[in-house]
Amino acid sequence: MSLQLLAQINSFLAALVLLSAFAMLAQRKIKSLVTLFAWQGFFLSVNTAVVGFVAAKHHLYISSVLTLSIKVILLPYILYVLAVRLKIRKEVETIVNIPTTMLIGIALVIFSYHLTAPVRELSTLVTRSTLAVALATVMIGLLMMITRKHAVTQIIGFLAMENGLFFAATSATYGMPLVVELGVALDVLIAAFIFGIFFFQINTTFDSLSVEQMESLREDN
Amino acid sequence: MRSLHFIFIEVLQVMIVLALAPIFSGWVDMLKCWSQGRTSAGVLQPYRNIAKLFIKDVVLAENASWIFRFTPYFVFGTAVVVGCVIPIISMNLFLAPSADIIVIVALFATARFFMALAGMDIGTAFGGMGASREMMIASLTEPAILMAIFTVSLESKSTSLYHIVQTFYLGGMVLRPSIVFAAIAFILVVIAEAGRVPVDNPATHLELTMVHEAMILEYSGRHLALIQWGSMIRFFLFSALGIACFLPWGIAAADTVGEISVSLFFIVIKFAVIGVVVVLIETGLAKMRLFRLTEFLGAAFLMATLGMICFFILE
Repeated sequence: MSLQLLAQINSFLAALVLLSAFAMLAQRKIKSLVTLFAWQGFFLSVNTAVVGFVAAKHHLYISSVLTLSIKVILLPYILYVLAVRLKIRKEVETIVNIPTTMLIGIALVIFSYHLTAPVRELSTLVTRSTLAVALATVMIGLLMMITRKHAVTQIIGFLAMENGLFFAATSATYGMPLVVELGVALDVLIAAFIFGIFFFQINTTFDSLSVEQMESLREDN
Repeated sequence: MRSLHFIFIEVLQVMIVLALAPIFSGWVDMLKCWSQGRTSAGVLQPYRNIAKLFIKDVVLAENASWIFRFTPYFVFGTAVVVGCVIPIISMNLFLAPSADIIVIVALFATARFFMALAGMDIGTAFGGMGASREMMIASLTEPAILMAIFTVSLESKSTSLYHIVQTFYLGGMVLRPSIVFAAIAFILVVIAEAGRVPVDNPATHLELTMVHEAMILEYSGRHLALIQWGSMIRFFLFSALGIACFLPWGIAAADTVGEISVSLFFIVIKFAVIGVVVVLIETGLAKMRLFRLTEFLGAAFLMATLGMICFFILE
């Protein structure tokens, strides 16, 4: 395969990652949100493998397989089981309505494009143009955490942010060292377990997973 | 002699538009009947409907002004004019340089404007309600369709349809994320513009759901025939516009008999496939609530904008 075709596949997958980030921003149902998160991880993993092939960096294959097993299979499975156990189907309230959130998302993409423009000038890598998409994915994950009231959605936003960071690493420097990547993957996995325990605690205390209720917490005098 | 040749192609194309639009409509209806397990009326049923309406008398309300009588001819006329301009069978159309893609969108918008005026002209409740709903949908589709079209014209560096078709036809297969996004946005917009199921149901006369039908409720006879034929042509032409922008393969580059017949073959295949896709969408989705439309068309706008951003970021 020619390098140009591979670069095109790379940017196409970057576009798909961005699209899945926006789809997550628009989604109200928790289960579809988990599915979309899995898709984002899948695009990311394929993209990592493609970058590994282009750059002939073999450790990227390992991180690709790692992404596939953790972010496409394991984490969505955990979140799915959580959603079933806690009987969450639909998240009702968002702080900002969804079309407005989408518009803010578009503004964030343009902002990150301008922010990464100098880096793009300096870099000589094939994947340099996807850096803007990676930054935008991070920001959209953050936006999702800010605009949702539901704890599970906020966690998915956090994980999507992590996806964006991983993507930024592959597109800016052809991946982090393998030790770092293994460490991050393990951290994320353990974080997901801890979140699961927290959800059960929050749910039993408040009978709901909306973080709004926690605002009324105060010390007893 | 040469100009005569061009005029012949042009006339042939208009004939194809006029003749194929009802068949395309009938094809979609037929597939829909089959998918729901009903017996269909056949592909030619729209022709029979139009012929029947042309025979019938026109009944006009007493307070109908000239706008009401003028609108059917205007709607039909703009549809035919647009039919002259979009490259359907051949790239080198005689009239194609006279209008670019923005003019085409504007012509459709003007026709829609007159439809809304005519809906309000009689002064019945339904007409005004339909007009207001139609304008709401129009105000949301217009930015999305223009954005999608701008993305395509950024890729080909021209708003002329001739150049767009040529760039994609001769440029070969290149994986362009921006074009894919623009195409998805365009499909969503065409569903809204043509009044197909998730947005509007053309087969209903239920006051809660009708949009387009509410505006034309007072029309009868040849006026109704022209409006219905016009809206069939509109649906056909939006599909043809989509084909010209996103799937231009098979459109004749030179006006030889061989190329034209190949392009005719391709037209039939492409429209048959589009019919199947439309029916799959329509049977898979339920009619949306009117206030959910902002989200649906917002998604179309988002897709188009993402396409444009992808052009700048990734290409």
